[in-house]
Amino acid sequence: MHRYVMTLVAMALCLGACAASAGEELLVSAAASLTGAFGEVEVAFETAHPGVEVLLNIAGSSTLRQQIVEGAPVDVFASADRSNMDQVVAAGEVDGAPRIFAVNHLQIAVPAGNPAGVTGLEDFADEDLLLGLCAAGVPCGDLALTVLGNAGVTPAIDTREPDVRALLTKIQSGELDAGLTYVTDVIASDGAVHGIDIPDGATATTNYQIASLVDASDPATAAAFVAFVLSAEGQAILNRYGFTSP
Amino acid sequence: MSSANSGRGRSRPPALLVILGCVGLAWFVVPLVGLLARTPWADLPRLLGGEVVTDALRLSLLTSLAATVIAAMVGVPLAWLMARTEFPGQAIVRGLVTLPLVLPPVVGGAALLFALGRRGVVGEPLSRATGLVLPFSTWGVVIATTFVAMPFLVITVEGALRNLDERYEGAAATLGASRATVLRRVTLPMIAPSLVAGLVLTWARAFGEFGATITFAGNLQGRTQTLPLAVFVALESDRDTAVALSLVMVAVSLAVLIALRERWWKAL
Repeated sequence: MHRYVMTLVAMALCLGACAASAGEELLVSAAASLTGAFGEVEVAFETAHPGVEVLLNIAGSSTLRQQIVEGAPVDVFASADRSNMDQVVAAGEVDGAPRIFAVNHLQIAVPAGNPAGVTGLEDFADEDLLLGLCAAGVPCGDLALTVLGNAGVTPAIDTREPDVRALLTKIQSGELDAGLTYVTDVIASDGAVHGIDIPDGATATTNYQIASLVDASDPATAAAFVAFVLSAEGQAILNRYGFTSP
Repeated sequence: MSSANSGRGRSRPPALLVILGCVGLAWFVVPLVGLLARTPWADLPRLLGGEVVTDALRLSLLTSLAATVIAAMVGVPLAWLMARTEFPGQAIVRGLVTLPLVLPPVVGGAALLFALGRRGVVGEPLSRATGLVLPFSTWGVVIATTFVAMPFLVITVEGALRNLDERYEGAAATLGASRATVLRRVTLPMIAPSLVAGLVLTWARAFGEFGATITFAGNLQGRTQTLPLAVFVALESDRDTAVALSLVMVAVSLAVLIALRERWWKAL
């Protein structure tokens, strides 16, 4: 019995030690709209920093903010807007100051072929069309209301989806006639969704912010990841996915 | 409280069972304690009077009751057919009826969208013929919740019908009762406790439904935003309202489950 317990303890110690020696893990919480771009950033960063394994935790910025404020052990936070980052700063979780690393704007997204013949923001007042936005509190939802307000349109909305991917799915499948999503989501859909530009007078942008957090297990690696995203190589990846540099 | 058990001799339960049972109970109680600890009691009246809360409560009560009525209308006949007749593929039918219990509701919602959506195999001809579009409508909520909740009724009633001694019905028929009379005066009264239990479980499941609803019917205040959807959306932006909404859900569900248990389930 005694020997059995000792073996178990030895195995447990080895498991811990082996995991530690296999490399360092960096947990990055990134907004859902960064899914594709950060997947590529992850690979490039790991190539440049052998021994570091980046783990991406993807969700809506507000969900990620809540996880961090409630004590999730996250190393880096990349938010799709300022408000969620501000709340993490206010909670004393951010190490240093957040940096703006990308800019995104909305487009009118319609199913391929635009069956309802949507032409502009005025169509969002049409009761007969099925129209969707992101929910309130989600960056793309708040931004959509700003844009519609700028255009003087009182929207006749049929659904407020919990995140931009859910909204995109319903547009892509043709269940919605139109919705307001990020230009980067339209690009990522690879032709399944068609984007219509919003005129300069009405458009609004959101600044993506990134910061390393005070609970980071290795502050140097977390800072290196932030620097990589801001570097020419990181910005080139983001630009390929449709983000503009700040 | 109840006298039904008092006649049996009771010895002290084994300590191990008590300990494990308490752990089991804690599993249900601890999350509730967390919810109560986060409740902003002073603000509660204002939060509960908010339009989001009242709209969601009204919609949830309406759609969960509608789902229960529909389940009773078509689920009880289905249960009767499954229990009392033999047909090819019966095992498959039983599996299909149970499927919504194990399927992630979001998968159910997506399947409903593919079938009944505007571009769906049934939905497209339907909308072309009648102009009726189910997603993003209150009917969409009722359809999604019925899909998820009806199995509770079918399974409960089917089990009760199977266990019912058919000789009672046979005797009634021999004494000249018509089939309708047998059903009304013998069968239904004998399975009443199971029928009510099934209806309550169906209602409770419909009342708490989230995944299929948001996937199939979307989320719009006053039209498709039921209490669970309102909780989910509020968690992102306004946690006090989310907690208040959660309390409403817990209070309504517990009140119904406890009240009906006292009234009906003693027999079980």
